Amino acid sequence: MITSPLQLPAPAPLFTRAGWSACAVALLAVCALAPVLNLWLPAGSLLHLSDYTVALLGKIMCYAICALAMDLIWGYTGILSLGHGLFFALGGYVMGMYLMRQIGRDGNYQSALPDFMVFLDWKALPWHWALSDSFAATLVLIVAVPGLVAWVFGYFAFRSRIKGVYFSIITQAMTYAAMLLFFRNETGFGGNNGFTDFKRILGQPIATQNMRMLLFVLTGLTLLGFFVLARALVRSKFGLVLQAVRDAESRVMFSGYAPLPYKLTIWTISAMMCAVAGALYVPQVGIINPGEMSPANSIEIAIWAAVGGRATLIGPIIGAFIVNGAKSWLTVAAPEFWLYFLGALFIAVTLFLPGGVMGLVRQCKNRLGAWP
Amino acid sequence: MPRRFPLLWASLALWAATAGPARALTAGQALAMAAGSTDERVAAVQQAVLDADERTAAFLQALADDAVQLAAGKALIVRGDQGQDPVTGAEAPLPEDAEEIINNNRMRGEIDTALAGLALLGQDPARRLAAAQALMRAPDAGRLALLDKALAQETHAPIRARLELARAAAMLGSADASLRRAAAQTLSASATPDTRRLLNERAALEDDAQVQAALQAALRAIDGRLAWGERLGALFSGISLGSILLLVALGLAITYGLMGVINMAHGELMMIGAYATFAVQGVFRQYLPAAFDWYLVAALPLAFAASALVGAVLERGVLRFLYGRPLETLLATWGISLVLMQLVRTLFGAQNVGVENPAWMSGGVQLLPNLTLPYNRLVIIGFALAVLLGMGWIIARTRLGLWVRGVTQNRPIAACMGVNTARIDTLAFALGSGIAGLAGCALSQVGNVGPDLGQNYIVDAFMVVVLGGVGQLAGTVYAALGLGVLGKFLEGWAGAVLAKIAVLVFIIIFIQKRPQGIFAAKGRSFE
Repeated sequence: MITSPLQLPAPAPLFTRAGWSACAVALLAVCALAPVLNLWLPAGSLLHLSDYTVALLGKIMCYAICALAMDLIWGYTGILSLGHGLFFALGGYVMGMYLMRQIGRDGNYQSALPDFMVFLDWKALPWHWALSDSFAATLVLIVAVPGLVAWVFGYFAFRSRIKGVYFSIITQAMTYAAMLLFFRNETGFGGNNGFTDFKRILGQPIATQNMRMLLFVLTGLTLLGFFVLARALVRSKFGLVLQAVRDAESRVMFSGYAPLPYKLTIWTISAMMCAVAGALYVPQVGIINPGEMSPANSIEIAIWAAVGGRATLIGPIIGAFIVNGAKSWLTVAAPEFWLYFLGALFIAVTLFLPGGVMGLVRQCKNRLGAWP
Repeated sequence: MPRRFPLLWASLALWAATAGPARALTAGQALAMAAGSTDERVAAVQQAVLDADERTAAFLQALADDAVQLAAGKALIVRGDQGQDPVTGAEAPLPEDAEEIINNNRMRGEIDTALAGLALLGQDPARRLAAAQALMRAPDAGRLALLDKALAQETHAPIRARLELARAAAMLGSADASLRRAAAQTLSASATPDTRRLLNERAALEDDAQVQAALQAALRAIDGRLAWGERLGALFSGISLGSILLLVALGLAITYGLMGVINMAHGELMMIGAYATFAVQGVFRQYLPAAFDWYLVAALPLAFAASALVGAVLERGVLRFLYGRPLETLLATWGISLVLMQLVRTLFGAQNVGVENPAWMSGGVQLLPNLTLPYNRLVIIGFALAVLLGMGWIIARTRLGLWVRGVTQNRPIAACMGVNTARIDTLAFALGSGIAGLAGCALSQVGNVGPDLGQNYIVDAFMVVVLGGVGQLAGTVYAALGLGVLGKFLEGWAGAVLAKIAVLVFIIIFIQKRPQGIFAAKGRSFE
């Protein structure tokens, strides 16, 4: 008997028309609207975007990239990392080293060495600063260093089939150990204070309005680009295997897949995305220190993803905006309430909103759809 | 002044009577000690001590008390508005333009050692011993003559030995190379960290090859003798750290190990125990100052109860909705920990609060010259052992323990047998939390008590439980002690922070090899 060839459904498009339009609107908002509102509208105008808001939005977009990276590894692969703050900080430190070299002799001590090295009475740059004067090398190292760290750590962890809570806890140990290491002066990363007092990037002054806008637009484009990339990843066959690993890893193995390469690849990609976010964050905020590696920061990234809704990609981005927006408002309005709010948010989301904001939206949609 | 140092006075008077006619303090000497450059004053003080009488001692004490003023080329002791001539002791008019004398730190140290030197010649053996020890720590070749004099009249053997050492220590700074060599040989016979430090300091400055060789030989001899004390010391502090880790991890062994709740608020439950101890201390200080030494005993049940209550509320209010979703208990309890931390900040302030050791916990037993075991550490080791035994007893021997084991092994069957599983969950979580409170009470005796207390221990606590093997009490004990001892030995070798990093890396590698911890639960399941 001749059977008809298996009918596979046509692959779903990356985005529907509405999805692409939303992306286009976001692109327009970042590339055209924000610069116009910030640079060209007079400060008194109602629609004027203040420098403070630009800096805040730029910072939150960096966080949103982290949340997106977290969604790939946690939401889609089921691996909760409590160490993503490390990759964020490593990317930031690579960028920070470049920015420190760009200060040149304009530091407090007028030395070619960064100020903290003069302070420690060092005579030459340590070996790991060798490539820090080249912007091209910096761009490569921003993803290469955290990527390598993630790959090595992930290889050994996934090979021994460490998963679930164990994996979360050893990633926490990893970032904690790195934080202790970076706090030390002799590791050559500025110790407690980290890097600050940046003056130039690519020879241009860093604190001007135009430069700030440029970095903002760059961050927005990166966020959009990563969003499209993540969407393509999770819709591909590769992404489907990841979701299968999340839901039933043993069955994936019994079906003839080795989960290790899948997990390792998405883990490394996620770490690299976080690192890029860190590298964009440092010039906009003007400081990087080992506090970024504290376990608390990594856990917060997971919260952004949980608040927005896991395994939705757009949800974690929204979550990052909601939580950090609330943070910047609350820490000014009622500083002592910030931790109460954040804590209550953690509890409320896990208890009442397991699907996060996106889950809520979906519920509302279903209700409305059922409306006669 | 005689009221303050009766012994010194009595002994000086006696010494003045028996040692024959001594030259008394002169006005010139007093002036030299009070005015001029620090170098000149130091020399004058050292000279004056050699033939001191009670007037010299009184004058030195006045100098130490900032009670000397310069007026018209004379040094006067000033007490209140009253001027006094240091030589005659007669009242002296205090002119308007009298100038206060300022002693720098070096001068203060010199005056203190000079007073100690005078005590060397005193009557009370305990004071003489203390003085010899003080001089040993601040050796100066200028005091050789004084030490010789003290040695000549000392009859008490232990004090003589101390004096010999102090004399050798002073000789190390002598300009004569042969004296220095002899000193190195004398010092090599003693084995205290103090002598080693002195020899090391001298060795760094020494130019003479022969003396250098003698110094090195002495250092080697001392190192050999001190090595045991150091090893035992590292072992003891390792066990002490391990007992703290054990206390911190024991509660978690129940809530995480048995119940599967990733309780990130465990540290904050310890913090609550520590603050409960602080509160009890305050109550005792206010209302029962006579029984203050026993406040800790009263604080123990209260710390347990406070943390257990908070734990029970958490379990009833939040965690029971999350069983079976460990990663979400992690997030929810992290949120709880933030709220608890902020609550403590609001109630007690963001600063660390002071919790005192009761008197019976301060001090320690000295076993070797360089090995002292502090009482508070010993008490905590004993306490950790007691908590461990108590918990083992509850889990293995009581009805509650039986139910907890039953519920964790097979919830549906336990429920079928009539066990109220929800209540057991609450009780077990409260028990784990209460043990965290006990740990907090213990921690308040060795570290800072502040809103961040829990954050400092939470990573460690999880490491211990994971390394030991989840649900394995024996594993928790081995992991806590092992990590404590390993950490302290590495610390002696690489410093505290690097040791901590090395331990974390070690755990990460160990988990690779044995993902289930030291004691893996036996079973055939694939997962």
